[in-house]
Amino acid sequence: MKKVYINSISSITPQKTFDNSEFLDEVIIHENQVIFAVEPKYKDYIPPAAARRMAKGIKMGVVASKLSLQEAGLEQVDAVITGTGMGCLRDSEKFLGAIINNNEQYLTPTSFIQSTHNTVGGQIALELQCKGYNFTYVHGSNSFESGLLDAKLQLELDEAQNILVGGVDELGDHTTKLNQIIHHVKEENISSLDVLSSKTKGAVFGEGASFFVLSNKKQASSYAEIISVKMYNTLAQNELSETALHFLKENSLKAEDIDAVVLGNNGDIEFDGYYNLLTSGIFSNTQQVCYKHLIGEFNTASPFGLWIASKILKTQTLPEVIKKNNIKTSSFKYILLYNMYRGENHSFTLLKSC
Amino acid sequence: MEALKQELKENIIEQLNLEDMSVEDIANDDLLFGDGLALDSIDALELIVMLDKNYGIKLTDPKEGRAIFETINTMAAYITEHRSK
Repeated sequence: MKKVYINSISSITPQKTFDNSEFLDEVIIHENQVIFAVEPKYKDYIPPAAARRMAKGIKMGVVASKLSLQEAGLEQVDAVITGTGMGCLRDSEKFLGAIINNNEQYLTPTSFIQSTHNTVGGQIALELQCKGYNFTYVHGSNSFESGLLDAKLQLELDEAQNILVGGVDELGDHTTKLNQIIHHVKEENISSLDVLSSKTKGAVFGEGASFFVLSNKKQASSYAEIISVKMYNTLAQNELSETALHFLKENSLKAEDIDAVVLGNNGDIEFDGYYNLLTSGIFSNTQQVCYKHLIGEFNTASPFGLWIASKILKTQTLPEVIKKNNIKTSSFKYILLYNMYRGENHSFTLLKSC
Repeated sequence: MEALKQELKENIIEQLNLEDMSVEDIANDDLLFGDGLALDSIDALELIVMLDKNYGIKLTDPKEGRAIFETINTMAAYITEHRSK
C-alpha cells in the first residue's frame, strides 16, 4: 500500500487564513454568537460570469480549491471529494422561501440548481474540466472525514495519484435562527478568547471552506503523512478514552507518543465533557490544541483542525492563541485530531511529520 | 414606457445577479443574449418567470421568447401590449 501525503492546504474561515504564508500571525477577536468568514477577493479567482450565480459557500469552496491546487503546483487532479454538512444553505433557503412566499408559483431555476449539496464539487470539476471521480459526502460533522477516508483508500491502492479533498459549509440566516431557537447557538455574545471557558450551552456558529491536495507522491513541500482516519457515529463518554487508546494501538502508538492533540472543543458546556475527559485523562501531559474559538462551530470546521495540524508539522511551530495548555515539546512528529459535534459523529485522524 | 424600461433593467440586474452592472450600463437596444449582455438559457428561464410573476404574461411558445427578449425595447413593447397586471 502506498503512503498518503498532504501536499497542499488552504482554508477560508472567520480568520484571515486564506493567506497561507501566515500561521495565525494576526487573530481577529470576534464577539458574537455567529461569526462570518473573512473572504478573499473572489474576482481574482472566479470569472464574473461564473461568480454571479454562486452563493458564498460555492465561492469559498471554489477559491479554497484553487488556492490548494496552486500550492500543490497542479492544474488537474484525478478526483474531487467534498464534504458538507448542510450543503448550499443560502440557495436552499432562497428557493424554499420563494415556494412559500409565491404560493408554490413562479419558481426560478438558479437557486434550485445551486442549492444541492454537490454544487461545490460540481463547480470545482467544471472549472477544472475534471471528468474524474467526483463525490460529495453529507454526514454531519463527519462529512469531511468521510471524504478524507475515501481519498486515503484510493491513494493507498494507487487508484488515483492526486485528489482534491475539502469541506465547506456556509451560514444561512433562517437555519441560524432555527439553531438559535433550539439553543444550539449560544444565547450571549462572547469573545473568541472566552468561548472555550464559557459555562453556557450552545456554540458560536461559523462557516468556512478548506481544501487539501492529497497525494501518494511525497514532494518537498508536503506537510504531513496521513496515517489513519477512523469515525464513529455514536460513542459514549465512558468509551472515549479506551477508543482513542485502541486507535493509537492499531497504529503501534501510545498516548505518550503523541506530540500534540488537536481537539474540537466549542465551549458548549453540555458536550465539551468529551474533550475534557481526554485533556484531563490520557492526554493530560500532551500539548493540547483548540481552534473552534477562532472560527466557530460548523459541520466542516474540523478540516481547519487538519489545516492547523499540517501547519504545526511543517513549520514545527505552535501559535499561542491555539494552545490549551503549555507542555514543552522539542519537536512535533505525531499529531492526533479528535472531533465530534453534540456527542455524535466522532472522528480520529492521525498525522505524522514527513 | 420609459418607466417600464427602467423597471425592467432594475429587475434584470437583480434577478440575474448582474452584480457589476448598473441601469446605465444597459442601453435600450443592447442585445440581451449573444454579443450584448451575454445572457444564457438559464437567464431566459428566469426572464420567463419574471414576465409571468410581474406582468401576468405566460409564454408558452419558446420561439416567441427569442424575439421578445431581444432587447429592453422589444421586452417593454411586448409587456405593454400583453400585460394583465
